[in-house]
Amino acid sequence: MIELKNAAYNYGGRDLLSGLSLKLSPGSFHFLTGPSGAGKTTFLKLCYMELQATAGQVNVFGKDVTTLSRDEIAKTRSRIGVVHQECKFLDHLPLTANVCLPLTATGREVNPDDLRDLLAWVGLDGHADSLPPQLSGGERQRAALARAVIMAPDIILADEPTGNVDWEMSQRLLRLLVELNKMGKTIMIATHDLNLIRAAKNQVNSRVLRISNHKLQLAGADL
Amino acid sequence: MNAFLSRIRALFDGDRASHSVVPPSGYTANLTVFTAAAMSFLAVFAIALSVATDRLADHWAGELARTATVRISAPADQVAAQTQAALRVLETTPGVAEARAFEAEEQMALLTPWFGPDLPVETLPIPQLIEVVEDEQGLDAEGLKLRLAAEVPGAIFDDHTRWRRPLVAAASRLQTLGLVSIVIIAGATAAMITLAANSALAANAQIIGVLRLVGARDIFIARAFVRRFTFRAFAGGVLGAVLATIALLFLPNTEEAGGFLTGLSFVGWNWLLPLAVPFLAGFVAYAATRFAALRVLKGLT
Repeated sequence: MIELKNAAYNYGGRDLLSGLSLKLSPGSFHFLTGPSGAGKTTFLKLCYMELQATAGQVNVFGKDVTTLSRDEIAKTRSRIGVVHQECKFLDHLPLTANVCLPLTATGREVNPDDLRDLLAWVGLDGHADSLPPQLSGGERQRAALARAVIMAPDIILADEPTGNVDWEMSQRLLRLLVELNKMGKTIMIATHDLNLIRAAKNQVNSRVLRISNHKLQLAGADL
Repeated sequence: MNAFLSRIRALFDGDRASHSVVPPSGYTANLTVFTAAAMSFLAVFAIALSVATDRLADHWAGELARTATVRISAPADQVAAQTQAALRVLETTPGVAEARAFEAEEQMALLTPWFGPDLPVETLPIPQLIEVVEDEQGLDAEGLKLRLAAEVPGAIFDDHTRWRRPLVAAASRLQTLGLVSIVIIAGATAAMITLAANSALAANAQIIGVLRLVGARDIFIARAFVRRFTFRAFAGGVLGAVLATIALLFLPNTEEAGGFLTGLSFVGWNWLLPLAVPFLAGFVAYAATRFAALRVLKGLT
């Protein structure tokens, strides 16, 4: 799915990340952890092609990212669902239009039944016509998750999805991501919340990656 | 051409979705409409100038080209003989349809506006004029001059070229100025639309980021802006062209002044020309916004 071969990202003359090697296989569930500022977000950006590695190689769905045109990147992104820490929406459009945006932006039809099911699944069926600024932090996170999965992507990347929500809500989001993994999706969650990682251990066979000293390491299974 | 038509079609119906992703932009939209209207207003006048000077140049060239004059300046006792000699030369010159000596009354009528009716013209040594009308082929002015010089020493041939040339040159220069003005107006419109589009793109940077993230292609994002600016410029173009056309309709009629000026206005089918202006404005906005948007987008990840 996503493969990094000795990839590095150099920012302002120094390596933020270096020697990254990783192969995400289909259906895997990874946590990405590490201190704030270690480069978790940068790592995810390399995965969804917002940034290009300054050294080494990143392959997404078997293709070297540097060889992709802008339109090919756009097309590839529709197979990767991203949930941001700061969920960005189009604030002038209602929730449904925002959730459907990946479909409308690529000229696809919206199936109203699917949309209803999706909103019910993330527990936002009562907010279909709300504008994003009217939603709470947890609701925004779930809306972002709904938007990330509406294209039925193969991979879901989540950057601190539980950063702005209480424990109850983070459990709920985690359950949704675990359900997606059980449906065969590849999941990667960047988080510094070790409790969340522990909680996931009971539900899914996950692996933990840790970024420290600019390097990516596979953390011990006994976290 | 087909690709172009399908782009136009996409502009109209294909992407209502892309239209709604950019929030409405309030008063800056009105500024774009105003700019396009002002530019279209000026463009209609520039077109009117070009068309009118073209007509004027044709008019002058046509009026003056077909006639020429031979002037006989000779001592009083030889005028009649030389006039006869000149007429004989003219009658045998190929390209002359008609040659006719002016009567004394006609010459007087020509001079009256300058000297007043009371001047005893017959007492003045006024040269005899012969009006020469050329036929379709036209005549060889140089050859005729040489023959006249040999046979009629007092005759001077004047084919009016010397009057015509600067007038026609001035008229065609004015026409060129009109055309250049149209190009400048189109360029200024493109520049202003580009500025407006760039500021719209900058103001909506977050929206563009979200769209990129969810897999929208550049052309989808660009179209949201292109569509808006094209329609605004077209609407402004209609407004400006209509106002300018009305202004031209109500220009005072110069026919009665009997003059030289044929008037800065349209004649006949020329009245259809302002119709092209809104489309030109729309096209300029389309091209400028598309170029600006794709260029800005290329700079983003």
